Amino acid sequence: MTESHTLKAPSVVAKRQRRANQRRTLFYIALIVVGLVAPFLAYPVFLMKILCFALFACAFNLLLGYAGLLSFGHAAFLATGGYVTGYLLASYPGLTPELGIIAGTLVATLLGVLFGVLSIRRQGIYFAMVTLALAQLMFFVFIQAPFTGGEDGLHGVPRGNLFGFISLSNNLTMYYFVFAVFLFGYALIQRTVHSPFGQVLKAIRENEPRAISLGYNVDAYKLVAFVISAALAGLAGSTKTVVFQLASLTDAHWHMSGEVILMTLLGGVGTLLGPIMGAGLVVSLQHILSQSPLGNWVSVMLGLIFVVCVLSFRSGIVGELGNMYRKNFK
Amino acid sequence: MTMIFGVPMAVFMGQLTLGLVNGAFYALLSLGLAVIFGLLKIVNFAHGAQYMLGAFAALLGFRYLGINYWLALILVPLVIGGLGMLVERFLLRRIAHLDHLYGLLLTFGLALIFEGTLVNFFGVSGARYATPEILQGGLNLGFMFLPTYRAWVLVAALTMCLFTWFMIERTRLGAYLRAGTENSQLMQAFGVNVPLLITLTYGFGVGLAAFAGVLAAPLYPVSPTMGSSLLIVVFAVVVIGGMGSILGAILTGLGMGIIEGLTKVYYPEAANTVIFLVMILVLMLRPAGLFGKEA
Repeated sequence: MTESHTLKAPSVVAKRQRRANQRRTLFYIALIVVGLVAPFLAYPVFLMKILCFALFACAFNLLLGYAGLLSFGHAAFLATGGYVTGYLLASYPGLTPELGIIAGTLVATLLGVLFGVLSIRRQGIYFAMVTLALAQLMFFVFIQAPFTGGEDGLHGVPRGNLFGFISLSNNLTMYYFVFAVFLFGYALIQRTVHSPFGQVLKAIRENEPRAISLGYNVDAYKLVAFVISAALAGLAGSTKTVVFQLASLTDAHWHMSGEVILMTLLGGVGTLLGPIMGAGLVVSLQHILSQSPLGNWVSVMLGLIFVVCVLSFRSGIVGELGNMYRKNFK
Repeated sequence: MTMIFGVPMAVFMGQLTLGLVNGAFYALLSLGLAVIFGLLKIVNFAHGAQYMLGAFAALLGFRYLGINYWLALILVPLVIGGLGMLVERFLLRRIAHLDHLYGLLLTFGLALIFEGTLVNFFGVSGARYATPEILQGGLNLGFMFLPTYRAWVLVAALTMCLFTWFMIERTRLGAYLRAGTENSQLMQAFGVNVPLLITLTYGFGVGLAAFAGVLAAPLYPVSPTMGSSLLIVVFAVVVIGGMGSILGAILTGLGMGIIEGLTKVYYPEAANTVIFLVMILVLMLRPAGLFGKEA
């Protein structure tokens, strides 16, 4: 990459960068407009579910797409955020939802530090196995801990009043709050990816020994990426708990870790729009299947999509479309 | 009655055997994972599902075809192993040239398909598989009661482990396999049919999982989800032991089973989690794993 830059005149590079920035700005504007209009076209609760999972998938994508780390345990962060927020909001009625969400996110972040320190000691598939095992550990903790409601989970978590005076009981208000949370998380991820920090992450993904030889503290970079990703997954879980007023073991199960991988893979690993699209597709598919006679076949369908994706669709929908565009129009 | 650290001897020994039996399954499964990983470099996420398929094949074979336990113990690993070879030939081979994480994802998808399909037909509550008559009952050893079937599982699993070790370390085919693990391209240049070797290796690993499944059928409820939770524990065992050595995999599996069994005696609340905690400890003290060579 660096070689092609030095070969071209600086003006060409600058021009290309300006165009890329313009495209990104256009994309952000489009995203915001679609997000603002969407609740008038579709059921807000459904959209909120998509947004929560989209944030979850984007957080996961930061790790897999830009740092090249395949975590098989991201459900742990989603569930931790959800349980902490749910427990706090249910037991302290005076607590406002945003504080509950912040608390949940913070605990998930701390867990991310712990898991990160442990799991980045191993690479590749070992990393995946370690994160999966750690998440399973959390699953058993959630079953046995006194504050999670065990197999039943937490129900009837109050949505409360945002900042103490905006009632979130209205689904439209709730939607715009969730959308704001999503945009915050998304902006943070974009900022991370396009910063010098993000460039180093990509360098590590492409060639770790070389990044080390260039003097980068690879483990520190990986850890920070892991923690940001865990924090945002926790944020998604916390927000989801407030929306649906419940936290359950489903979020902590390894199926959930698999689902977020599928969302990212299906949409396109390492793309801007991919995880959002993947989350939308998977959530819609689950929604449609659950209302059809095929309701019991959701997990089989997800498995099939996994296999098809890996065999013939590895760049995901967004990635493949991008490849087609580049091949035919450039 | 003799007490060991405040626990009756019989209870202590009972849990110890239970732990050893679980450990034998960890050993068999992590051995299969290690064999597959050695040559294919992928982590076979469908291993738990293939173990479950083994148990189901024994159950259904008995129910509909009248295949008895002993025949199942031989036939089922062959059939499921054959199925595994088809998976390798038609699916895994297509992605062999890619990042090995894709193999993990593909086999994960397969696991979802196997498990989900069987859940639809048999539900999640387990079915019982009768213990063969000759292995029913137990031996009174004086200090404890040893159920015959458990003793048999231990013997059978360890024999299978040793057989695998012998195959890999002491036969020509095993020498090919070890050489292929080191450098498969050079092997191919020497005229060894490496793609065939890979197919056979995957089939053998899957067969080991199915063998474990048949052994487990009379012991645990046969349910579609019996493999997945076990597999995650086996992953932790693999992280603890490292996949570099066969004897390492066997020893770690048995050791973790014993630790789990003893935890059940002294601190039952942590019985589910103790292996993961050991994994954390190992990651902190010896990141490459107890028997691992790579980081």
